[in-house]
Amino acid sequence: MTAMIELDNLSKSFGNLVAVDGIDLKVNKGEVLGFLGPNGAGKSTTMKMIAGFIEPTSGTANICGLNVLENPVLAKSRIGYLPEGAPTYGDMTARRFLDFVSEIRGFDGTERRRRVDMVVDRVILQSVLDQPIDTLSKGFKRRVGLAQAMLHDPEILILDEPTDGLDPNQKQHVRRLIKDMAADKAIIVSTHILEEVEAVCTRAVIISHGKLLIDGTPEELMSKAHNHNAVVISVDSAYSDKVIEVVPVVSGVKGIDHIGKVGSIGRFRILPQPGSTIAEPVSAALREAGVDVQELYVERGALDEVFRQITVANPEAGEDKHA
Amino acid sequence: MRNINSIFKRELMSYFATPVAYVFMVIFLALMGALAFYVGGFFVSGQATLLTFFFYHPWLYLLLIPAISMRLWAEEHKTGTIELLMTLPISTAEAVLGKFLAAWAFAGIALGFTFPMWISVNILGTPDNGVILASYVGSFVMAGAFLAIGSCISALTKNQVIAFIVAATVCFLFTMSGLELVLNFFRLWAPDVLIDTIASMSFLSHFRAITKGVIDLRDIVYFASLISFFLFANVAAVDFKKGT
Repeated sequence: MTAMIELDNLSKSFGNLVAVDGIDLKVNKGEVLGFLGPNGAGKSTTMKMIAGFIEPTSGTANICGLNVLENPVLAKSRIGYLPEGAPTYGDMTARRFLDFVSEIRGFDGTERRRRVDMVVDRVILQSVLDQPIDTLSKGFKRRVGLAQAMLHDPEILILDEPTDGLDPNQKQHVRRLIKDMAADKAIIVSTHILEEVEAVCTRAVIISHGKLLIDGTPEELMSKAHNHNAVVISVDSAYSDKVIEVVPVVSGVKGIDHIGKVGSIGRFRILPQPGSTIAEPVSAALREAGVDVQELYVERGALDEVFRQITVANPEAGEDKHA
Repeated sequence: MRNINSIFKRELMSYFATPVAYVFMVIFLALMGALAFYVGGFFVSGQATLLTFFFYHPWLYLLLIPAISMRLWAEEHKTGTIELLMTLPISTAEAVLGKFLAAWAFAGIALGFTFPMWISVNILGTPDNGVILASYVGSFVMAGAFLAIGSCISALTKNQVIAFIVAATVCFLFTMSGLELVLNFFRLWAPDVLIDTIASMSFLSHFRAITKGVIDLRDIVYFASLISFFLFANVAAVDFKKGT
């Protein structure tokens, strides 16, 4: 199977500034790929190149086997694109705007009406359809932008921060929408919200400084967190010394931290050696030592943590460069 | 063709979606009338022609046409909709043409609303309607040339004020280049060929030729090539600007 989206050594420079630096990437049908990275890492620039808005300085972007530079109009007809900030023509009503886009996408008459009705229904726009877009709330504007990208049921969806500015319910709704569409499409979503990656993405990449640093499933990414599979326990302070004595010698344990004390209850985080699972042996060892454990849970590791580890290791990451 | 039509309709509608169109029309018509009657002495001249009316068109266009063209692309850059437009399956040329034609149609509508002037001279006397028709065509084509310049300049900035001022200045140079005032300056030192070239670049000389009632192919070719050149530059400007 050929990849729906195929980037080969894609690069973009603005003057001396290298915004995107040799990105190789393949996205297949059914995948929802999360683009993560600090502001100015090159996420939006990469998306703009895939969508055919700006030309790469070098390298190629192929969409369903079509080179975006050589076949721009054909490639663009396969893509639904939500640009950063979801720009729309504010003086038009949502209905007129969607009519305009579907007309350009090649739909007429009843087919156009059917398409517009369908996306309006999916993103729930009915109540504001005849208001000028300028007068709509941020959430509705974003949904109009999303509707515009979905009109032609494209094989490829490129969504630049689709849930930015939405309230939690709306975010939930958009995430479900993306998941529902995922099966027969290749979707790229950029986001700052790491929980979103866990919620909707089947795969995630971290981009920093225009370079692709990590590529894997959200679980694989999380396993890179230093507290991945760490065990946190709460015990009565009376047992503290016992815990510190017993736990470090359990096989697979790398270390133990005292992370807090509430009343007479002390909490410890027990870090595993990379790759080992320690919940079972630790709890067995504590039971044997007669320690009364009040609480025990396994940490999965937070994406935030991984994100910081990876991007902060890169000295200039996080600085506002060209978006 | 179909895409040009979609862009055209959207763009033309957007003029009327805001008060811009109405404010523009009122001022355009008021100034047209005022210049013809008070400055041009439409009645005083006692002639059944619209010469005094058409005489001021280049000067009025100088001020008002950049006001139509300034938003064409600058607004798209400013609001970011350029990214939406240029990622739809259309070519840059289609977008440029659609927008230009919409602005031109809008100028045409405004010009059309000056028909009471034409009715007046026909009631008051027996003008040569052929000359008047030729003048209207000439005025419309000249408006197209002003618009092509304005549209091209609008594509280079996201600031509408800059788009307006630069377009007005460039149009001013094109208009003025036929006046003796300007030509005399060149006569002092420039060869005749250059002077003829400069004079031939003037909106005024070509437009005046048309308002005399002679639609010379050369005048039409002049405006047509000017429009083509600036629209071509417009396409290049859009492609250049969106990559920065």
